[in-house]
Amino acid sequence: MNQKINLAPEVLAYMEKLNGSDGVEVVVNLPKEKVEQINEICNSFDNDPQELINVLHETQHLFGYLPAEVQDVIAHNLHLPVAHVYGVVTFYSYFTMLPKGEHPISVCTGTACYVRGAEKVLEEFKKELNIKVGETTPDGRFSINCLRCVGACGLAPVVLVGEKVYGRVSPDGVKAILAEYDK
Amino acid sequence: MSQYKMHLLVCAGTGCHSSQSDLVYEMLRDEVDRKRLEEEVQIIRTGCFGFCEKGPIVKVLPDNTFYTLVKPSDAREIIDEHVIKGRRVERLLYLDPETEEHVLDSKHMGFYKKQLRIALRNCGTIDPENIDESIARNAYQALGKAITEMSPQETIDLIKRSGLRGRGGAGFPTGLKWEIASRNQANQKYVVCNADEGDPGAFMDRSILEGDPHSVLEAMAICGYCIGATKGLIYIRAEYPLAIRRLKVAIAQAREYGLLGEQIFGTSFSFDISLKYGAGAFVCGEETALIHSMEGKRGEPANKPPFPAQSGYLGKPTNVNNVETLANIPVIIMKGAEWFSAIGTEKSKGTKVFALAGKINNVGLIEVPMGITLREIIYEIGGGIKHNKKFKAVQTGGPSGGCLTEKHLDTPIDYESLTAAGSMMGSGGMIVLDEDDCMVSVAKFYLDFIVGESCGRCAPCRIGNKRLYETLERICDGKGTAEDLEKLNNLSNVIKDTSLCGLGQTSPNPVLSTLNNFYEEYKEHVFDKKCRSGKCQNLLYYVIDDEDCVGCMACVRVCPVNAITGAKKQTHYIHQDKCIKCGACMEKCQFDAISLLNDYPRAASTQVHA
Repeated sequence: MNQKINLAPEVLAYMEKLNGSDGVEVVVNLPKEKVEQINEICNSFDNDPQELINVLHETQHLFGYLPAEVQDVIAHNLHLPVAHVYGVVTFYSYFTMLPKGEHPISVCTGTACYVRGAEKVLEEFKKELNIKVGETTPDGRFSINCLRCVGACGLAPVVLVGEKVYGRVSPDGVKAILAEYDK
Repeated sequence: MSQYKMHLLVCAGTGCHSSQSDLVYEMLRDEVDRKRLEEEVQIIRTGCFGFCEKGPIVKVLPDNTFYTLVKPSDAREIIDEHVIKGRRVERLLYLDPETEEHVLDSKHMGFYKKQLRIALRNCGTIDPENIDESIARNAYQALGKAITEMSPQETIDLIKRSGLRGRGGAGFPTGLKWEIASRNQANQKYVVCNADEGDPGAFMDRSILEGDPHSVLEAMAICGYCIGATKGLIYIRAEYPLAIRRLKVAIAQAREYGLLGEQIFGTSFSFDISLKYGAGAFVCGEETALIHSMEGKRGEPANKPPFPAQSGYLGKPTNVNNVETLANIPVIIMKGAEWFSAIGTEKSKGTKVFALAGKINNVGLIEVPMGITLREIIYEIGGGIKHNKKFKAVQTGGPSGGCLTEKHLDTPIDYESLTAAGSMMGSGGMIVLDEDDCMVSVAKFYLDFIVGESCGRCAPCRIGNKRLYETLERICDGKGTAEDLEKLNNLSNVIKDTSLCGLGQTSPNPVLSTLNNFYEEYKEHVFDKKCRSGKCQNLLYYVIDDEDCVGCMACVRVCPVNAITGAKKQTHYIHQDKCIKCGACMEKCQFDAISLLNDYPRAASTQVHA
């Protein structure tokens, strides 16, 4: 599917910003097999527009993120305006239009973790990796995100790297966590 | 279960799971297999025990031994010593902090003594992925009783008489909600379970779904019978993968047993349940926003009326109940309205689950009768404040709630008393704060959350909360003025009065309640430029000690903004108005002459320095 995508100027500016920022590359052309994979997901939900959020979940699970091209294919399949899909993707914090790092780091900034010092842990990760929240390292290995409560408040402050949960993390422990993922 | 002599229950809730309880389970299994004890010892993975602070937890039945902080390497000792030789592994027992003795039986632990577990009755007792264990604990009996022996109206009346109120926050009477939905005629109605637990620090709904999913499925079917719905939907956060998996397993098993699906218990009543996923939006806990989200739209709330009971999911009458509310239903039907209404206070019946977190010794999930005092919760169940610090406040109700202080410690807790104290029940998160916490920063933290989660639909919430946040930020940065304090109060009230949905109407609560209870701290930030807890970075001051400074010039050279003056071999001085608090000088000083104070160094600043 190589149809022309009509994006609002703000969206275009946003996309340009993404393309311009360090190390982040947004895939522009979608290969045919990817389109087919998306079609398959949409079909499995009978192309029902009410299943949009479930479709987005599965698609993000497959690609890791939801770039504009992917949203376009979904909108086409579910007979929805692209703006509607874009609106939903940007509304929910679970969906992302940016690819995450190979080892996505999520620092819980829920209340329990906050009062037990999550902010300092977050600062340490930012300092160590030299990126901001929501960014990915230039080599694509790590990205940092914040999330609100994984419900493991007994272990606060909590950090997730991929699926692995680290509990009672202190700023001093950050280096050791990162070292686990060194090649 | 009867052929086994002993049962080992391994907690597989998210907390313990995160600290390798899975591996503990595997190791115990291996060890039991190796010793050929599989006929005599049963090992199961259960839902949350609530005592997350000391996880992973392994409980041994029938003697109720409660092992804490169990590591995979402890598995062999537990099997060799306890299971085979009948000697408890002392070092893994819970150590009572007061008596400093090991507690042999979980019934004698302070954490459990004052609890009354109704909604959590099966959590930590059964294997949530095995429907037979639920059935052995009476699951689906209430459903059978309701649809074969009672009329829908009788069932609704029973729930009404019990006095059960919504556990999601607002406390609307559940029976009445069902009655309204039952009276609206339509060709299709829906029962929705709200499992979008967005309040950070609250995890009771997740624990119920992970530990006892069948009680929720059963209650939804009962609700369907009462209001005349054949379809149920569970709206669950995508952040809860374990709960989703267990729900899927539970639904499949219930269908297989004919407890969901067509003609349940041989009657004409049919009911089935499917899952809908949330995607990380706090506002979706509001029922109209939740319904929009289920329809595949942005989760923006709508004006009420029409209420969901009139026009909800796909425009049909819809009854939305929270997980914990539903978990109470089967017990109420089996034990009767009178039994339930005997527990609690005059207007708030039954129990409430609270998630204790923050600066407290026993972090975890507790269920207590309504009317218990905060003192009992914090000191008797929670084991007091961490590191013996001084209690400052407890934040209840999450971002929509407020702070309760020392003076509220002996107030019996129910919906009304919490509201009267300027907070709210909310979903039951309780964050305990100690003397090291800055209340202005805490208010700022919640506003930051609200600004991120406001859906943007109405101006008071979208713009007002942002302005509130900026004002708080100014105050924390030491740039606040007297006018700011007044503005905070006025703006908060305007947002409260004019916002569209529950999120906006309650969002200024953290500000208002800290203003009411901790006005002194606000004043210190504004007028004295002081943060007594030392949390606010910009209200900390680097000061050079005259006695220790040798005048080596190291700090003068390293300061990036030339805020330090002083000639060689003379005492140096930091100009507070120029200092950017980078800390470089402190790092550089080899004589420990620079210290960090949380009070503006007035005395020093009056001295004359070159």
